[in-house]
Amino acid sequence: MSMLRRISNLFSRPKLGREIDAELRSHIEMRMEDNIAAGMSSGEARRDALHRFGNPTSVNEQVTAADASLGLENLGFDIRYGLRQLRRSPGFALTAILTLALGVGANLVVFGVLNALLLRPLNVAGAERLVQIVQKPQGYNSQSYPDYLDYRARNTTFSDMAAYKLTMSGMSIGAAAEKCWNYEVSGNYFDMLGVQPQVGRLFHAKDEHGTNSAPLIVLSDTFWRARFHADPLVIGTTVDLNKHPFTIIGVAPKSFHGTELLFWPDFWIPMVNQEQIDGFNYLDKRMFHGTNVLGALKPGVTPQQAVDDLNSVAHRLAQEYPTYDDALSARLIRPGLLGDTLGGPARPFLTGIMVLAFLVLAAACVNLASIFAARTADRARELAIRLSIGSTRWRILRQLFTEAVLVSMAAGVVGTFFAAALLAALSRWQPFAEFPVRVTVVADTRVYLIAVLLSVVSGVLPGLIPARQIWRTHAMQAMKSGAPIAGLSRRLTLRDLLLGVQIALCALLVTASLVSLRGMERSLHAPIGFVPQGAVLAEADMHMAGYSDSSALPVQRRMIEAAERIPGVTAVGTIDNTPLGTGGSSTPVYREGTAEQRSSNSVMFAHYYSISPGYLQAAATRLLAGRDFNWHDDATKPKVALVNQTFARRMFGNSPAVGRHFLQGDLIEVIGVFEDGKYESLTEDPTPAMFFPLAQNNQGDTAVVVRSPLPEAEVAAALNHVLASVDSSLPFTLHSWSDELALALFPARVATAALGVMGLIAALLAVTGVFGMSAYSVSKRLKEFGIRVALGSRRTQLMRAALVRPLLLLLSGSVLGLLLGVVASGLLAHLIYQATSRDPLVLAGAIITMMLVGMVATWIPARRALAVDPAQLLREE
Amino acid sequence: MARNDLQGSLDLLVLKTLSQTGSLHGYGIVLHIQRASDALLNVEEGSLYPALHRMEQSGWIRSEWALTETGRKAKYYKLTAVGRKQLEEAEKSFEQLVKGVRAIFRYA
Repeated sequence: MSMLRRISNLFSRPKLGREIDAELRSHIEMRMEDNIAAGMSSGEARRDALHRFGNPTSVNEQVTAADASLGLENLGFDIRYGLRQLRRSPGFALTAILTLALGVGANLVVFGVLNALLLRPLNVAGAERLVQIVQKPQGYNSQSYPDYLDYRARNTTFSDMAAYKLTMSGMSIGAAAEKCWNYEVSGNYFDMLGVQPQVGRLFHAKDEHGTNSAPLIVLSDTFWRARFHADPLVIGTTVDLNKHPFTIIGVAPKSFHGTELLFWPDFWIPMVNQEQIDGFNYLDKRMFHGTNVLGALKPGVTPQQAVDDLNSVAHRLAQEYPTYDDALSARLIRPGLLGDTLGGPARPFLTGIMVLAFLVLAAACVNLASIFAARTADRARELAIRLSIGSTRWRILRQLFTEAVLVSMAAGVVGTFFAAALLAALSRWQPFAEFPVRVTVVADTRVYLIAVLLSVVSGVLPGLIPARQIWRTHAMQAMKSGAPIAGLSRRLTLRDLLLGVQIALCALLVTASLVSLRGMERSLHAPIGFVPQGAVLAEADMHMAGYSDSSALPVQRRMIEAAERIPGVTAVGTIDNTPLGTGGSSTPVYREGTAEQRSSNSVMFAHYYSISPGYLQAAATRLLAGRDFNWHDDATKPKVALVNQTFARRMFGNSPAVGRHFLQGDLIEVIGVFEDGKYESLTEDPTPAMFFPLAQNNQGDTAVVVRSPLPEAEVAAALNHVLASVDSSLPFTLHSWSDELALALFPARVATAALGVMGLIAALLAVTGVFGMSAYSVSKRLKEFGIRVALGSRRTQLMRAALVRPLLLLLSGSVLGLLLGVVASGLLAHLIYQATSRDPLVLAGAIITMMLVGMVATWIPARRALAVDPAQLLREE
Repeated sequence: MARNDLQGSLDLLVLKTLSQTGSLHGYGIVLHIQRASDALLNVEEGSLYPALHRMEQSGWIRSEWALTETGRKAKYYKLTAVGRKQLEEAEKSFEQLVKGVRAIFRYA
């Protein structure tokens, strides 16, 4: 109760004062009444009462002091005093708050992303027991559907397992077909995840009765709103998917967007109906690895027990199906990041960025510490006076501490505000127009908790730095000379050290971001096995217009011929999946004469593509030996292939490959060798790849590659026109090949942007740090400079005196940071293709940046030192 | 030391008064001390209030506004449990002080 009142007293000082007044007045009046009752005149009564009471005003003050004596009221005084002090020096307050806000904000953004991608489980019930079952080798994320069924039936450690696969399909709404992204999922998918419909119903395991038995669609909330205007009457209607009728039965809840964190599908269909979408049946194909498998661990089962269990199942499968499951082995990973594809690099990358963000915060703290230290030095005289009139050191410390907390709170609020805005923008951002990727980052309580923690710790620690100064203050001395507490001595002070560290950090970040920028720039011009510039792509899945792989071939030929007739087009060809695109897969290949084709006997796994004649010219892929395909390489002829240099070397050694054979299902003759390229990522090592002729290896997926010197938009428009004349019901996407590569460059882009922003923040902090120090050192010595000018000192000498120290620090810090940056960029090479610090441009860039930082930061202080007017300065004192 | 003792004795007087009378306003406390000590102890009236407020902050007494018999608003103070304990201790240490002072007087 009394605690409550103490707190409420804090905010009601005027009321409290009135209350004390009333109490004292009532005392005096009672005395007067008694006096009058005892026979005094009213004047006498009043005089006597006041005489006995003493001075009411002073009593009131003493009572107030008594009320305040227990600390809380003091805290109120401290806060009010602190606010007043900060308001009195807005420059200091603003610099300190912004510095810290930058650091806190940067950390929050990075932590928010880290939290959303790596720390938070999928947004479904029981997510902490969900795992993805992948194969042991890195990057083998998927299982075959028969293997999934066997794992599910034979394991003893999982309460359930579900399968899903991301695909595209063409949905006919009205006359036109539209490309959509969807999940093919096992019937128990929604039930295992505990998802409830928002409208209609979801499908279940009992809806499945064999191949193509359940043509059902569950819409996502986004798609339902965007395409059907959230109309509940759409439930029960039938739409065509790839020309097969499917019934819309329900809408998933708003909070559920599947089991991939970054992927926002349009709808879900039962996996048993996949043949109608994909054009071929994989449900019975044990060699087709394409389904992702999620499992819910039984309560009390450890992941290790589950892995052992699955591996014993895999062992039995390997004996039963040696051809396909020979090398089957299980590994568990966290679901939601496309298996290892994103989950692999995301963790080290985000952790690395988090470390950088932390370094930025450290730099901000260092900055803050020197700002606080300078401020304490400036207030030396004030503090000395307070000490000498009886204030305790503890009391003054507490005052400074309160100021630090106030600054850090304000900075925390500003930083959190900006971080929240940035995270919200990130959540709205869709990096790829036709790929439903969204980075949804919701700042949860964990993020805000971190915000409070970071701002308090990072504000208070630097705020304590001046404590040492205050402890050493001698009131007499400080007042007499008015000198700063920590004088500008010749020796290296703590502040110098802090600033040096900060500059080193800045140089490190600047170097790292320049290294990655250069790597990015170079990777855009590195040999990737084809030339995206000048090529336009028209991508379609022939299945969407109801074609099968084989019936698509004549249409594909007509499309190529139609495109060749466009004026200005130099070459046209098709490939089923573009290298560095979203599709494509690899398969084991064997030496000629291998008795049994099982993956343990294979020479290697090679990427394979189906191309039409003319693709090599259209993609500008160089043929190094042998001949290109022609339309006579069809199903009636022996099988042939083109292989890349890495394939040829690993299969045939240094002897010529053309004319030799290898095994991949059938015996295949190599008729040519083409240059190496990049197939999955720009940073991959040389990878084996092979091209099959489209006429021997029919594919419904089609990317028409059109090369022309004409502007890409012009070519795309013409292409759109002629392709529509071939089959108007086929949905196409048209874009330049350079744009298509956006996806492959995405990780490097994100890394570069993140590093760039960090580098920029670090540079900003370094500028304010160096500026603060030089400005301070100049302002402290203005009087000295005035005298020196009066005595005939040259301005350049003054400049040297004023700025030599900050500049020396800048130099040594930069050198240190540059060295660290060179070491650190070795780590960057894993993420960014061709990231190297042994690049004169990078080094020069880093040095120039640091010089600019120095010049910007010392410009104003230097001007001030030069503009010193001795007469005026001496008069002032 | 000396200051503490004087202050301590004022606290003691106030606490004792409140323990004897139950609930009283500042003016009433002054009158009670004068009357009970046969006017030997004259408290400077104003100085009572800082002491009252300090004791209230320490939780020894609590206060509420009420009307006097003559219909005037006044702040009434009352002993709390903590205050009662404090009173016992203060009485004990006062006895000690008195004993000590007496002993010195008897010496010589």
